[in-house]
Amino acid sequence: MEISLKINGKDVKAEVKPNTLLSTFIRENLQLTGTHIGCDTSQCGACAVHLNGDAVKSCAILVAQANGAEITTIEGIANGDELHPMQQAFHENHGLQCGYCTPGMVMSSIKLVENNPNISEEEIRKGLEGNICRCTGYHNIVKSVKQAATVMGG
Amino acid sequence: MYELQYSKPSSVNDAVAEVKNSSDAKFLAGGMTMIPTLKARLSSADLLVDLKGSNLSNISVSSSEVVVGSMTRHCDVASSNDIKGSLPALAKLAGGIGDHMVRSCGTIGGSLANNDPAACYPSAVLALDATVVTNERSILAADFFEGMFETALNEDEIITEIKFPIPEKASYIKFPNPASRYAMVGVFMVKKTDEISVAVTGAGENGVFRCKEIEDVLNSNFSLDALDNIQISDDNLTSDIHASAAYRANLIKEMAKKGLKDLI
Ligand SMILES: Cc1cc2nc3c(=O)[nH]c(=O)nc-3n(C[C@H](O)[C@H](O)[C@H](O)COP(=O)(O)OP(=O)(O)OC[C@H]3O[C@@H](n4cnc5c(N)ncnc54)[C@H](O)[C@@H]3O)c2cc1C
Ligand code: FES
Ligand code: FES
Repeated sequence: MEISLKINGKDVKAEVKPNTLLSTFIRENLQLTGTHIGCDTSQCGACAVHLNGDAVKSCAILVAQANGAEITTIEGIANGDELHPMQQAFHENHGLQCGYCTPGMVMSSIKLVENNPNISEEEIRKGLEGNICRCTGYHNIVKSVKQAATVMGG
Repeated sequence: MYELQYSKPSSVNDAVAEVKNSSDAKFLAGGMTMIPTLKARLSSADLLVDLKGSNLSNISVSSSEVVVGSMTRHCDVASSNDIKGSLPALAKLAGGIGDHMVRSCGTIGGSLANNDPAACYPSAVLALDATVVTNERSILAADFFEGMFETALNEDEIITEIKFPIPEKASYIKFPNPASRYAMVGVFMVKKTDEISVAVTGAGENGVFRCKEIEDVLNSNFSLDALDNIQISDDNLTSDIHASAAYRANLIKEMAKKGLKDLI
């Protein structure tokens, strides 16, 4: 089937098999490999992207369902060389170790903060229930999100 | 995932017709259960009929009833000021499903049609005596759930909306599985004008059920300490890698004690 959508501000048209996952389309067709696949069970959140303004798990959505949508991936949030405040905060607070979960953490956290600019530490911890990190123990991730929230306008 | 076709009809009638005309078509709502099961090849379909075009996502609240369209997402129920005002326990339940990414896709209709034994919504529907409305008929909650992953729905029947009568008070307390966030035990309690009703999810071998033991105690003694000394039987409760039946029985009591505080 033919699909057309907007990814990171660019219009994309493609012929896809209807059983193509959004994550597969992003990683394999578009070669945007910042979106990671960390599990088989829709639980880890490494694949988070923004779809029409919501954070979603791209491994649990068909690209067909996203036909006509606007999508942002981790590659689309920096402004040229200037990192997004969330990326900058992860960088400054050592919010990552191996970095595997990081794209999903960043994309998920941006929406948590946008929807709740004065987000508390407890709300961050609860809000990130769907993003699993094997390395950091979460403390520096929470610190990063807290800092980004103040920069993003909380 | 096996090969399949995808369509997004623009009305309920067209969606039903597409499923009727196909040998193994399935409805697709938020996909939060459907897509992972297809990926794991635990299920297959020759056609997925996406209900997103069928205009089923709406919320309306009157003085006596909360009506939620089947394609309404968990995040929309959780953030609805009307629902928070008239049936806050339902908004709280929706806001505790999975995580915010699951809540921005998953729908109430998908959750009920799936009837996962650990899903949250079935307990609200059963305890509140809600009505599940389909393209064919209205089904009372007591007749809708038919055991684990089983419901009264026909293969080509679409849930269109759910009607919840507004009670005096209601509460939902869940002990989530720490990995999946599904209910290890979830207890939905309702104070109606003439009785208390209590539904339990996550624990029953046959899925969601009304807990007579707790209802009987509270209907004769509606007080904060009424549940302190009760013992819930573990007959017909689930034992799995997460918890034994006896542990779940105790969780039912503990969650009900917490929920009772919200009712009194
Ligand atoms: C990581 C994760 C955590 C979760 N945690 C929880 C939790 O804590 N509590 C909880 O309750 N749930 C939880 N869920 C389930 C989730 O909330 C969805 O409610 C559930 O997956 C089904 O809704 P859906 O809209 O995604 O339906 P789909 O997956 O699209 O469909 C599910 C089934 O219902 C059928 N169907 C869908 N809509 C209709 C309709 N209108 N009429 C008839 N049939 C229909 C489909 O054909 C399919 O068989 C979780 C899911 C994930 C992935
Ligand atoms: S890869 Fe999508 S949730 Fe794990
Ligand atoms: S930094 Fe390694 S998984 Fe999170």
